[in-house]
Amino acid sequence: MIEVQNLTKRYGGHVAVNNISFKVEEGEILGFLGPNGAGKTTTMNILTGYISASSGVAKIKDIDVLEQPNLAKMNIGYLPEQPPLYLDMTVREYLDFMYDLKKCKLPRREHIAEICKQVKIENVYGRLIKNLSKGYKQRVGFAQALIGNPPVLILDEPTVGLDPKQIIEIRSLIKSLGRQHTVILSSHILQEIEAVCDRIIIINKGVIVADDKTSVLATKYSSDRRLLVRVAGNHDEIFNLLKRVPNVVNVTSFGEKEPGIFEYALEPAEGCDIRRDVSTRIAARNWAIMGMKSMEMTLEDVFIALTREQYVPAGNKKGGR
Amino acid sequence: MGAVFKREFRAFFTSPVGYVVLAALGFFAGLFFYAANILGLSSDLSPVFSSMFTFILMILPLVTMRLLSDEKRQKTDQALLTSPVSLTGIVLGKYFAALLVYSLFLLEMIVFAMIIAFQVTPDWTIFLGNCIGILLIGGFIISIGILISSLTESQLIAAIGTLAISFVLLLMDGIAYQFSNYKILTTIVNFLSISSRYSNFTSGVIAYDDIIYFVSMQALILFLTVRVLDRKRWG
Repeated sequence: MIEVQNLTKRYGGHVAVNNISFKVEEGEILGFLGPNGAGKTTTMNILTGYISASSGVAKIKDIDVLEQPNLAKMNIGYLPEQPPLYLDMTVREYLDFMYDLKKCKLPRREHIAEICKQVKIENVYGRLIKNLSKGYKQRVGFAQALIGNPPVLILDEPTVGLDPKQIIEIRSLIKSLGRQHTVILSSHILQEIEAVCDRIIIINKGVIVADDKTSVLATKYSSDRRLLVRVAGNHDEIFNLLKRVPNVVNVTSFGEKEPGIFEYALEPAEGCDIRRDVSTRIAARNWAIMGMKSMEMTLEDVFIALTREQYVPAGNKKGGR
Repeated sequence: MGAVFKREFRAFFTSPVGYVVLAALGFFAGLFFYAANILGLSSDLSPVFSSMFTFILMILPLVTMRLLSDEKRQKTDQALLTSPVSLTGIVLGKYFAALLVYSLFLLEMIVFAMIIAFQVTPDWTIFLGNCIGILLIGGFIISIGILISSLTESQLIAAIGTLAISFVLLLMDGIAYQFSNYKILTTIVNFLSISSRYSNFTSGVIAYDDIIYFVSMQALILFLTVRVLDRKRWG
């Protein structure tokens, strides 16, 4: 549905987007995650034909955005970071204008009414846009993107400026839209992407550092397989016992964390689950396990690790590192 | 083009701009009509048209200043440029909206002509020439205004820039006089002069080369505006 090949955008000496490639399949919700200034908006602006790339190809439904811009644009609904609203118009006038601008062929009143219902702006339909709150303005921007029922939706930080209730509403709206549309969504908020998207592309300094299913990403990039246990008992004796548990490669003591309770990090041999052995052996000595958790990275840790200043991806291939 | 035209035209009248511009033009035209035709007991409207020339140069930049600069500042150009409309359609839509607002002022001139027609038969060819001339000169200034407006995000700079260029064009004859020693320069400057071409119209001479000059200059300037917008895609 969407295809990006070796896209690069230079602004003078500054490279905003550096040779990125990815594909989005029909019906997929792709999350574009990255710190501010990573190149998310630039990529989206290229995809929507607002700016051109310095090199590389962007295709929407196999239509080259640069070569057949009008045809490609017919298939895109775009909500930029700042919704493109004419403040001197009412919501009704504005949506009518966007309907004409997009050369929409669907029945006008029904189509616009349906969108207004979807994004919940029926009650402000007759009001001037400049008098609306930020949340409503954002939703009118959203409505504009939905006009013409485009197969591809590109949403640049769609929940910025909304209150928590509205954020949840917009997220569930995006999720429901994902059934009929292909969606690219950008955000610098991880939880948002995690809640909505099937797949995540993490972008930093213009390069893709990770591209994977949301569920896979955390485990895949987690290099840390250590197990953290807290045991009540004698420090040295516990330490020696843990060392002798089969498949334990290394034990590190973190000392006394609570009175009489000590914390250790156990490194298992690759592919081994040591939790059962650890718990039975400690129980056999009549000590108590006060806590046990794996030290696997959360998606947030992955994100922070991948977007660190010094992080340099090994090439631009799928999967990053 | 239709959608942009409709929106722009309406925007002139949902804000005070359209009313203020038409009121100002109407006021001055009325004043000149009263002085030249009522008090001066003349049936010739040409003095009114030619006196309006300077005012049109001053007022039209206010009509055009917002057209593209404000789109950029409010980021609404993202909606326009990511919609399936051509850049030419966007520019022409804005141009014709501004031209239509401006030409509403001609209605007043027609009323004046009617008033005269109650007493004597006015020279309709001269009146027609005047109308065509004032439309062409207005369209010319509007196209310059749109070009300048596409170059900046500031309405103020767009207005002042357009005003400055309009006045340079107005003063071309004087500039040509300064260069009278250099034949080529004088020819070029005279070619660019709009006031001598406009005065042809006010004296009832509807010459093809004047019409072609104004129309082709507008087409060229609007084409340049499209290039400016297109450059953004490439910049």
